[in-house]
Amino acid sequence: MASTAPLVVRANPLRRLQKELFGSRLDGLISIALLAALLAAGLGFFRWALFQAQWVVLSANSTLFAVGRYPVDQQWRLWLLTSLLALATGLSWGLLRAFPGSGAVQPLWPRNDRWAAAILAALALWRPMALQLTLAIQLRWWGIAALLLFARWASGRYGPAIPHACRRLIPLLWPLLYLVGMVLISGGLGLVQVPPSEWGGLLLTVLMATFAILLCFPLGVLLALGRRSELPLLRWGSVIYIEFIRGAPLITLLFLGQNILGFLLPGGLTPDRVWRAAWVLTFFAAAYVAEAVRSGLVAVPAGQLEAARSLGLPVPLALVHVVLPQALRVALPATVGQFISLLQDTTLLSLIGLLDLLGTARTVMANPMFLGKSAEVYLVLAILFWSCCAALGLGSRALETRLNPHSPSAPQA
Amino acid sequence: MSSAVTPWWRNRRLIPWLLQAVVGLVVLVLVAFLLGNLVRNLTNAGLLLTWSWLGNPSGFEISETVIPFDASMPYWRALMAGLMNTLRVVLFGLFGATLLGVAVGTASFSSNGLLRLLSRIYVELIRNIPLLLLLVFWYFVVFLSLPNGAAALQMPGVVLAKSGLYLSWFDSALQWQLPLLENGVWQAPLRISVEFAALLSGLVIYSGAFIAEVVRGGIASVPKGQWEAATSLGFSPLLTLRRIVLPQALRVIVPGLNSQYISLAKSSSLAVACGFTDLYSVAETTLNQTGRAIEVMLILLGSYLVIDLVISALMNGLNGLVQLRER
Repeated sequence: MASTAPLVVRANPLRRLQKELFGSRLDGLISIALLAALLAAGLGFFRWALFQAQWVVLSANSTLFAVGRYPVDQQWRLWLLTSLLALATGLSWGLLRAFPGSGAVQPLWPRNDRWAAAILAALALWRPMALQLTLAIQLRWWGIAALLLFARWASGRYGPAIPHACRRLIPLLWPLLYLVGMVLISGGLGLVQVPPSEWGGLLLTVLMATFAILLCFPLGVLLALGRRSELPLLRWGSVIYIEFIRGAPLITLLFLGQNILGFLLPGGLTPDRVWRAAWVLTFFAAAYVAEAVRSGLVAVPAGQLEAARSLGLPVPLALVHVVLPQALRVALPATVGQFISLLQDTTLLSLIGLLDLLGTARTVMANPMFLGKSAEVYLVLAILFWSCCAALGLGSRALETRLNPHSPSAPQA
Repeated sequence: MSSAVTPWWRNRRLIPWLLQAVVGLVVLVLVAFLLGNLVRNLTNAGLLLTWSWLGNPSGFEISETVIPFDASMPYWRALMAGLMNTLRVVLFGLFGATLLGVAVGTASFSSNGLLRLLSRIYVELIRNIPLLLLLVFWYFVVFLSLPNGAAALQMPGVVLAKSGLYLSWFDSALQWQLPLLENGVWQAPLRISVEFAALLSGLVIYSGAFIAEVVRGGIASVPKGQWEAATSLGFSPLLTLRRIVLPQALRVIVPGLNSQYISLAKSSSLAVACGFTDLYSVAETTLNQTGRAIEVMLILLGSYLVIDLVISALMNGLNGLVQLRER
């Protein structure tokens, strides 16, 4: 087989490093100064993290950070939900690898997946121990990690044997799981009700973020379509809504939700504080998502809609089948960017007195026992948020290449 | 021969108007329903729209203000003082974030690999951490753990203590005055509170990362041939950046800066997290004392809208200056 790949001459890595860091005299000075500063900062940080930091503030409050004041005797529901989530994640992961889209046969465990699995296993082994959880809880985490990896293996191994008709139903697993999760968390259908005021910590943050992300997207698409519509009423309505929301800081809107919504609705109909905040987050994010989607709509040539119309498709069908698939692909990075900032914005819930992750941290810090331990807590929160947001960004980039019709990993027609 | 009559539901002229009428009706009914409830509930609570309470004495103190203020002054004066504080943070924040963003954005084109790497790390690190977390970190972890008195961090002309940041400046007799320690308390012509310093550092570092991305994107949008052409004409690197690349990059940068500036102005409302009294925090106190939810909300939303519009107008003017003028 003749290789057509260009011959790449790789410079000696040491020579390259020298050129990068000490290309000129000024570069050399800058490099030395930066290296010295980095070294000092790194040493200082490690000395603090290993000898001065008292991580007991986290291990002593781990349940509070995870689920807030969720009743202890009902927490099995959350464990069940976590296991279901692990199962679904493993299944989807394996199936994505079993059907890579390009048709090229891949090994059962490609290199990236081996790394991901190893990191996951290491986290599952080390994290619960580092938090000094009881053996029973450690065992549960190990079980959940094992379940995830097993589902990944099984679906990767036996996934191709699934009949085509069933395969199409698999993505529906996630919306179904979301509904099951809502029932498991809030109760009903024979389960004891747990009011939203008892949700907290990571549970509340994740719940708020997923709820708002799921609902703001369709709303945002509708608003973007409205803004680009030829019908003046729809256009002006969307413009006024989007610009009003984008002109106001989120905190004032949350404040409005807490203080004015009660006046706007007939007595007794006002939802709980947590749900009020969730709806405000949703309506807030919808305006920003609308702008992201609009940028995608602008990128679709007008001829696409005209061609679809001249083929006899009515406008709604032409939008759904021709315009939106192209527009959403272009708008994907900007939209995920909005989701990331929505996830970050959930921290604002702590300012209106809800106990999300940051709110929980603030109450823990108010406890005289843990006074002055804020650095440890905020550092861990920052790592947590950073990983979630970075993962969303990575996922968006992976999806972008998968959806790009010109990329090698795109599904072949 | 019977001519086929188009049924009404396929009438191209009727359907759009019907659709609009339905949407309009739904919105109208919804608004009427909400407003009706509002008026009824407000009447029941005895809180119908009035502005006379703005003249009542506020009865609370604001720790640092640009305009003179004390508890005996009316509410409108308190809100004004809050607005001034917000404007102060926004102005300094815009200035600092622009400086930092331009520095980091241009550093990502440096010939030094380490500098490029660090500027990427900074942007990727900060953009994925919530601003509120940064603010509480700066306030509670950095500034509130500073030592006080003689142990304070002292640099030439600058003293950083838990009680504030002390700077040298001209005193009333136009003499250059350094910070002095008197009876364990620092004295200086210029004192910046730690709340303000924490808010400003958080805002500048957060927005700086976003502005750096805008600047990087702008410079990257200038074709490489422009650099090479300028170099081959004998321009020095700095001159190339200033006369050839930046004027072209600005056309891309300025619209991006506009939205970053507006988002910085709106983010300044998180001041309440690090104890700085801005417009939002004055409004919150006012609402808690008077119960005038609607009026306070209107003032709050109106003020931020005006700030946004002013920034937008200024940036659009700047945009008009840097855009390519075609015949």
